[in-house]
Amino acid sequence: MSLFEYTLRELQDKLHKQEITVTDLVDASYQRISEVDDQVNAFITLNEEAARIQAQELDQTGRGSDAPSLFGLPIGVKDNIVTKHLRTTCASQFLDNFDDPLYDATVVRKLSDAKSVTIGKLNMDEFAMGSSNENSSYFATRNPWNTDYVPGGSSGASAASVAAGEVFFSLGSDTGGSIRQPAAFCGVVGLKPTYGRVSRFGLVAFASSLDQIGPITRNVEDNAFLLETIAGHDPMDTTSADVDVPSYTKDLTGDVSGLRIAVPKEYVGEGVSPEVKEAVLAALKKYEELGATWEEVSLPHSRYAVATYYLLASSEASANLARFDGVRYGVRTENAENMLEMFKRSRSEGFGDEVKRRIMLGTFALSSGYYDAYYKKAQQVRTLIKNDFDQVLNDYDVIIGPTTPTPAFKIGEQVDDPLTMYANDILTIPVNLAGVPAISLPCGFSPDGLPIGLQIIGRHFDEATVFRTAHAYEQTTDHHQQRPSLGGAQT
Amino acid sequence: MSRISKEQVKHVAHLARLAISEDEADKFTKQLDDIITYAEQLNELDTSGVEPTTHVLDLKNVMRKDEPKKWLEQEDVLKNAPEKQDGQFKVPSVLE
Repeated sequence: MSLFEYTLRELQDKLHKQEITVTDLVDASYQRISEVDDQVNAFITLNEEAARIQAQELDQTGRGSDAPSLFGLPIGVKDNIVTKHLRTTCASQFLDNFDDPLYDATVVRKLSDAKSVTIGKLNMDEFAMGSSNENSSYFATRNPWNTDYVPGGSSGASAASVAAGEVFFSLGSDTGGSIRQPAAFCGVVGLKPTYGRVSRFGLVAFASSLDQIGPITRNVEDNAFLLETIAGHDPMDTTSADVDVPSYTKDLTGDVSGLRIAVPKEYVGEGVSPEVKEAVLAALKKYEELGATWEEVSLPHSRYAVATYYLLASSEASANLARFDGVRYGVRTENAENMLEMFKRSRSEGFGDEVKRRIMLGTFALSSGYYDAYYKKAQQVRTLIKNDFDQVLNDYDVIIGPTTPTPAFKIGEQVDDPLTMYANDILTIPVNLAGVPAISLPCGFSPDGLPIGLQIIGRHFDEATVFRTAHAYEQTTDHHQQRPSLGGAQT
Repeated sequence: MSRISKEQVKHVAHLARLAISEDEADKFTKQLDDIITYAEQLNELDTSGVEPTTHVLDLKNVMRKDEPKKWLEQEDVLKNAPEKQDGQFKVPSVLE
């Protein structure tokens, strides 16, 4: 069987009727990985032995009618989410030997309670810093739609593994677009929840005021199922919000009549490629047919978001990554004469260039004499950006635009130019600064056959409307049913 | 005009506990200067009187009861350590 063939609901039904077993699903996952992962390069570490044992155990109990929604389903986990006894590297040489983490991240515990099966740990840009997966210290993951192209980043392999049918779904993390941009590039559905919606406990911190874990799936309903499982307050994360988690799947009615959509002119203006703009306008036309209305609005401070983000995210990263000192875990340099030399050499040997660059930028922005000019200034601009969103979302239900200005770019094309690489995230970064939820879902293909992503942004803690809006559009198209032809996959 | 000098880059690297070579210092000076120059577009905005946002949620100090709980065992905590001795993390000498 192929994991491509069914939706989550269909698999639930087949497991329940015993037409398939969990072992069948886990076999299909590893079979597909053995067929295509030498082209996709998605996995850093596989969990095969434990996954097969777990599958047998689940098959012995069987899927009862009160089984959790994810029972027996094969999932991939981004390698910055801590998994007990399963190697967690953040795609960094610093953590190359971190083979036996001591606890599960809260999201992993919730997946385990929901009886999903962890297939392995997915490649990423080192410590989630990057937009192409080329910053992994292991290998570059490739886009299943065309392996000359990047899958996006930093959750590039989380998106590519789902698009390639290696796992049924996956978890990524999103600090400035790291779930949505790869979801757009790989033609899958990726959600960044509201800041505070999902516990960050056990997510290796990059920028703590921006990071969120979220689901990547092949369709909107499956995404809603996964968020229902991982969302909710966690006493272990003081920034997780004590706000009720509704049943997102129950709200997928297909009805968007009367929905008020805002389209920021900054999101369809200069710098957005014609094929992306065309696909987004076609999607808006669909919404009109469905009874929604849309109007052009302005998010006037959007153009300052990238600069704001790089100052704030790098500042937070410079503090968060101070923990990697070679004392308690990780790879320590050989033969250091003293403590200071041990710190410096361990970090320099363990971190790649992009990580060093951001640590230094952040250290500079926070240093005496520069703090007010850079860090505080960026925090103030963040307020202006957040106010833009608050004002628009006061008058409209959702904001819609493209996820990225262009489809995926070629491997090697932007890797030597940090500023060009940063500009990829120009439409996703403002959402993290404002803390609101946003989804990317497929809305067409470029003339070269590369997927294009539609971004739907909602109010704080209103993922329900985001899902409902995304789902209604998805029902009118077949973009999400297209499959890459990689390795002779079914199309 | 450059925003950051090579000497400043070396100083920042020291503060961040990174050892960088002369070649790396040259490369990072150029790249950081480009990024900081780009970031200075924020100065186009008048932000006087604007409150800084550190965090988007309306959270004040989040407190919990101060009560002992079982968490990780000493043996487990030490098992990923590069060097250990007598139940403790071992590091190179701190004092010369």
